[in-house]
Amino acid sequence: MTDTSKIDIRGVTKNYGDVRAVNEVDLVIEGGSYCCMIGPSGCGKTTLLRMIAGHETPSAGQILIGAEDMAHARTGNRGTALMFQNYALFPHLSLTDNVAFSLKVKGQPTAERREKAREMLDRVQLLHLADRVPSELSGGQQQRVALARALITNPRVLLLDEPLSALDEFLRLRMRVELKRLQNELGITFVHVTHTQPEAIALADQVVVMDHGTVEQAASPREIYDRPFSPYIARFMGGQNVLEARVTALNGEVGEATGANGVVYDVHDTAGLEMEQTIRLSIRRDKIAMKSADRPDRNAASGTVMNTEYQGTFVKVSLRTETGEEFIVYQDDAEFFANPSHVGETVNAHWDGALNHLLRGQNTSSGNPLEE
Amino acid sequence: MSASNAKRGVSFYLLAAFFTLFVVFLYGPMLIIFVLSFQGETGGLTFPMRGTSLHWFSDLFSSSRYGDLAGGFRRSTGLGLMSMTITAVCCLFAGLAFRSRFWGSGTLFYLCIVSLVVPGILLGLGISQFFQILGFRLQWWLSGLGAHLSWTLPFGLLIMFAVLNRYDNAWDEAARDAGATPRQILGWVTVPILFPGLIAVALFGFTLSYDELPRSILTVGGKNTLPIEISNMTTNVTTPALYAIGTVTSFVSFAVIALAFGLIAFIQKRRARA
Repeated sequence: MTDTSKIDIRGVTKNYGDVRAVNEVDLVIEGGSYCCMIGPSGCGKTTLLRMIAGHETPSAGQILIGAEDMAHARTGNRGTALMFQNYALFPHLSLTDNVAFSLKVKGQPTAERREKAREMLDRVQLLHLADRVPSELSGGQQQRVALARALITNPRVLLLDEPLSALDEFLRLRMRVELKRLQNELGITFVHVTHTQPEAIALADQVVVMDHGTVEQAASPREIYDRPFSPYIARFMGGQNVLEARVTALNGEVGEATGANGVVYDVHDTAGLEMEQTIRLSIRRDKIAMKSADRPDRNAASGTVMNTEYQGTFVKVSLRTETGEEFIVYQDDAEFFANPSHVGETVNAHWDGALNHLLRGQNTSSGNPLEE
Repeated sequence: MSASNAKRGVSFYLLAAFFTLFVVFLYGPMLIIFVLSFQGETGGLTFPMRGTSLHWFSDLFSSSRYGDLAGGFRRSTGLGLMSMTITAVCCLFAGLAFRSRFWGSGTLFYLCIVSLVVPGILLGLGISQFFQILGFRLQWWLSGLGAHLSWTLPFGLLIMFAVLNRYDNAWDEAARDAGATPRQILGWVTVPILFPGLIAVALFGFTLSYDELPRSILTVGGKNTLPIEISNMTTNVTTPALYAIGTVTSFVSFAVIALAFGLIAFIQKRRARA
């Protein structure tokens, strides 16, 4: 099963006139895995998904599903099923006939295909509505019908185009669990396009972060979140502060870089670095200690508190550093309330230098992160 | 409601009066003709009514004084049905084609629309000359049909655009994703979803052709359509039979429209059944 549902994308490019929507993408999605493609709108993630489904033809490159080249495989005949963003349920057909549609295309007799469709509707707990038409259903119910319609062909690969974006917050979280459970149960490959960072982190075995038609990083969610490749990913995925510094020491086990404000940062991963080179480091917002008595001059930041936001399990403290940059600390709630920071106060923060992560990628676009 | 009553200013009453005039002007003449068509046997073209009767309706069908009304009705209905079919089919495909902005689509669209603007009588003259140059005799079902299509096709296309505005192309893609061929997509998804809209297009195709006069006069050849026959009657006939034919043709038009709306309502009710 897993080998036949592996997706291999080789040097795929898609041009629309002068616009290059997807730019020489190489990507392997393991069979039976849950892959989330994420990026700001216009980054090419949906175009890539539609090329896997066969709704768009690559301008160059190859797409293989289960080692078969899909160049000449017709849409609907390549073992993929696409779930559309607004579900695209047929408004003139009952739920049964919506779900049975692809079986009708295959020429199955009416009674037989309706029976199968009803079984599938039962599986998504909608059998009692089998004779309704889509307009009589709620958003969450429509989504489950769309899912049933996509799965009735037993696809090797299920492609989902922003499947949760039309749902309210409560339903979104519930359907998220449902999707993950379904993927575990079926053991097929899910490719899920989203622009919501927590969704990708929560669902995926593999997160593919895209920007400007290229894959910026493809890795496990933990890797992406903890060890982002570039400043863009660090900012887009959230939870990180990005610091700019100049390399000032390379001899010795741990290198050093100095920020504009004179603070020295440890650099552990010095391979390939040169003296005086400008680098960027990321440090997780939740690994920072607040309220040092003295102003430390190593692996530290100080600034004026601009805002504090209670988030339940932690407090988000926003500082403006002397160089005018934003620096955010996620402080444990108990710790914060034991010794709260107030807006306008100047505070010092420091952290363990071993946590400094070197961002090797050069992409610094902000990618309009939706999280804040 | 009473709160807004208190606030009604002069503009409300002016606009209400204007609207009343509009309605009277719209339906008043029709109502007069409708009433006068039931004039008594001895009555004339104007009020007062001298009793009521169905005499002028039977006169219409039995007397030969009024020209070839039955033939005109047959030809106009036939022409209407042909225009309707061609308009519905062509506008469906043209509308689907215009969904994607192909090269020259803007120019093509304006070319289609121009024949709505050209005066009908001139267009009819052109068409009759054109057919004679090509060596065809003028016939109601050939040159007449062509003239009517120059009117119903662009009109139908405009309505089709409005209909397609509410069509989600993802429906086609969902069908394609299920493996459907272009023909299956058209037959099982596109046409069924668009069907109520297509009825509207067909309806316009029929009624616009059924009562078209300017484009018909010079193009139908020796045998007249109903509007031409009625137009001739207005100059020759001086009896209330003139009103009777007005009532009959209006009734046919209303019946066709009611039938079409009934069909649309029926389909939509079946789709939205609880």
